[in-house]
Amino acid sequence: MENLVNVYFFGKRYQVPADLTIMTAMEYAGYTLSRGCGCRHGFCGACATIYRIKGCNELKTCLACQTQVQEGMYIASIPFFPTDKRTYEIEDLRPNQQVMMELYPEIYSCIGCNACTKACTQSLNVMQYIAYAQRGELEKCAEESFDCVSCGCCSVRCPAEISHPMVGLLARRLTGKYIAPKSQHVEDRVDEINRGEYDQLIEQIMQKPITEMKELYNTRDIEK
Amino acid sequence: MFTESMMESIKKVEATRAARMATEPRRMTAEEKSELLKQYHPDYRAEGFAEIKIGPNKGEKAPVELTNLLHSNSRLLNEKINLDNPAYDVDVLVIGGGGAGASAAIEAHEAGANVMIVTKLRIGDANTMMAEGGIQAADKPNDSPVQHYLDAFGGGHFAARPELLRRLVMEAPDAIRWLNKLGVMFDKDEEGTMVTTHGGGTSRKRMHACKDYSGAEIMRTVRDEVLNRQIPVVEFTSAVELIKDDKGQVAGAVLLNMETGDYLVAKAKTVVIATGGAGRLHYQGFPTSNHYGATADGLILGYRAGAPLLYQDTIQYHPTGVAYPSQLFGALVTEKVRSIGAMLVNKDGEAYAHPLETRDVSASAIIRECANGKGVETPLGSGVWLDTPMIEILHGEGTIEKRIPAMLRMYLNYGIDMRKVPILVYPTLHYQNGGLEIGGEGFTKAIPNLLVAGEAVGGIHGRNRLMGNSLLDIIVFGRNAGKAAAAKAKEVTLGKMNLDHVQAYAKELENAGLNEQGVSPLLLPKYARHEK
Repeated sequence: MENLVNVYFFGKRYQVPADLTIMTAMEYAGYTLSRGCGCRHGFCGACATIYRIKGCNELKTCLACQTQVQEGMYIASIPFFPTDKRTYEIEDLRPNQQVMMELYPEIYSCIGCNACTKACTQSLNVMQYIAYAQRGELEKCAEESFDCVSCGCCSVRCPAEISHPMVGLLARRLTGKYIAPKSQHVEDRVDEINRGEYDQLIEQIMQKPITEMKELYNTRDIEK
Repeated sequence: MFTESMMESIKKVEATRAARMATEPRRMTAEEKSELLKQYHPDYRAEGFAEIKIGPNKGEKAPVELTNLLHSNSRLLNEKINLDNPAYDVDVLVIGGGGAGASAAIEAHEAGANVMIVTKLRIGDANTMMAEGGIQAADKPNDSPVQHYLDAFGGGHFAARPELLRRLVMEAPDAIRWLNKLGVMFDKDEEGTMVTTHGGGTSRKRMHACKDYSGAEIMRTVRDEVLNRQIPVVEFTSAVELIKDDKGQVAGAVLLNMETGDYLVAKAKTVVIATGGAGRLHYQGFPTSNHYGATADGLILGYRAGAPLLYQDTIQYHPTGVAYPSQLFGALVTEKVRSIGAMLVNKDGEAYAHPLETRDVSASAIIRECANGKGVETPLGSGVWLDTPMIEILHGEGTIEKRIPAMLRMYLNYGIDMRKVPILVYPTLHYQNGGLEIGGEGFTKAIPNLLVAGEAVGGIHGRNRLMGNSLLDIIVFGRNAGKAAAAKAKEVTLGKMNLDHVQAYAKELENAGLNEQGVSPLLLPKYARHEK
């Protein structure tokens, strides 16, 4: 006999196998998902979900695909959350504090309640990365926010109405583009290719008969 | 969180660890690999395939589930669609909101075209987002595009189309440069040198990464760029059929609002199919590492309009999918785990193969071990160990958290600390090696203004793809498709729009005695209990 638990999707009770995730439990209950379901493996943030365990006042947030059901779970998935992304031309920006002040001034309204960190489904220190953004420490903000999947649970809970994932994203793009050291070897290789230095070699290998290619492949040296 | 019998086996893995770490397992010879594939690779299981009975690839094999969809009718067969008042009228219509679609849209926009994206879920709900390990490019002094070509051509069993593979390797360094310029945070050292590692079958360390969120970092960056450019993105809207004109060109697509059920018409001078893979068709009953929408829609659309498939009978099973716990069954464990040192080990603690054989070989060897009683039993089947504690012994404490944080987090959710104990893996359906056939410029050969980019293309990789060549292909071929589609749109004049090919296809099905199937494309897998 399967071990079943009682869960409540949008307030309605279903009995589902205890080893399912919230997402597969919804499907077991009969839901055909379009909203609230994306990669199903914890990378896309489509399945932001809030729940409360019966008898417990704490409100929790999670990704439905990465969370196992529990007895007495009251579950509501968040089909969409209107985070506020500002548009910009990345080529025109410079990596300084001014950028954050201009594009996301509401970060300075943070009251330090830490609700964002508590809500993070990736266990990131969200309030910390917002603090880095306030101070213009963009590289630190980028590192601290790197594992963000933009599920939006932080923004749902924020009394200062900050769109945290968008702030982290801007910091990462500025870091990747302007702050991280340039990769000269990439530039050099692109130039070599553009000058046609590999044209003849690539033509030659494309023309080789399969038997010769097999020999070349099977005897090629492999970097240690 | 492991069972008692698993814990017993872990003791054997630990007992052999020091000895294993002292010797690199031997790589298989070409003959050994070929024999192993024939015996154990799922592509060689005849019962997993069926003959395609109609259309340009008539007489060839395809996976049973794909064949069923090819043998199905359009959902528009008995619908009256008014083509006269399109809801959208653009130069370039991009179908699919993954890495290839977003790259195509950016480049088409850059070229001045009026471009839009339609996608059946959200932009970024795509296999791109889930790619973990990295992206290849030959940009180090000891490497060259020619070496990259050799690795990919051999790894793909000498079946890649040379003109496509040439583009892939020659434009790889520029793809990295482009992404970096958009702000992708690649792993680099203090001097700016990219941190690169091996993947299965590479002869040079050319795997660039962004921790183990490589695809996510790329996807969220190109998505942000699409949104900054204010390119229209119509989400929760799938393309259910291409529209053609009386000159045999494509002229747009019929769209379905996934939430309201409304049909809409998009008219376009050029169309880019960037719909991705097919993991959610669960070929041969395998679990999959793919996202929810990976149902081969673009292949069906293109085929029904007359574009041929190539290598539709070859599928990639990623060797290391999660075998345990069951909540994560089939999820991807990035190849990077092996790139940075973990070995594959059987129930008895033996390193039965080199950890960095190509994916098809590596997957076949796991299937062999499990078939021969050398696997560890799990509630859903069996698996072999991936000896992750080796990584921290080799590179120092903290390496796993720094370089593969997503993997660590995924397992910790279920009480498994991969820094301390090995993890159980079994092959998972990962990638569609085949797809719609294109020429070197990205156009289908049958329809002059229809392009394909990304996983929906067949022939770039041959019959097996190397790690890191897929993130590369979506960028290289996505960008190229966007540029080519924008240029082509300038010279296309559309004729009278029609859906005659849908009726013609129905007739062909009927003549072949295949008129009782369901409808296709599938759009979403049937996971609700009452639909299964």
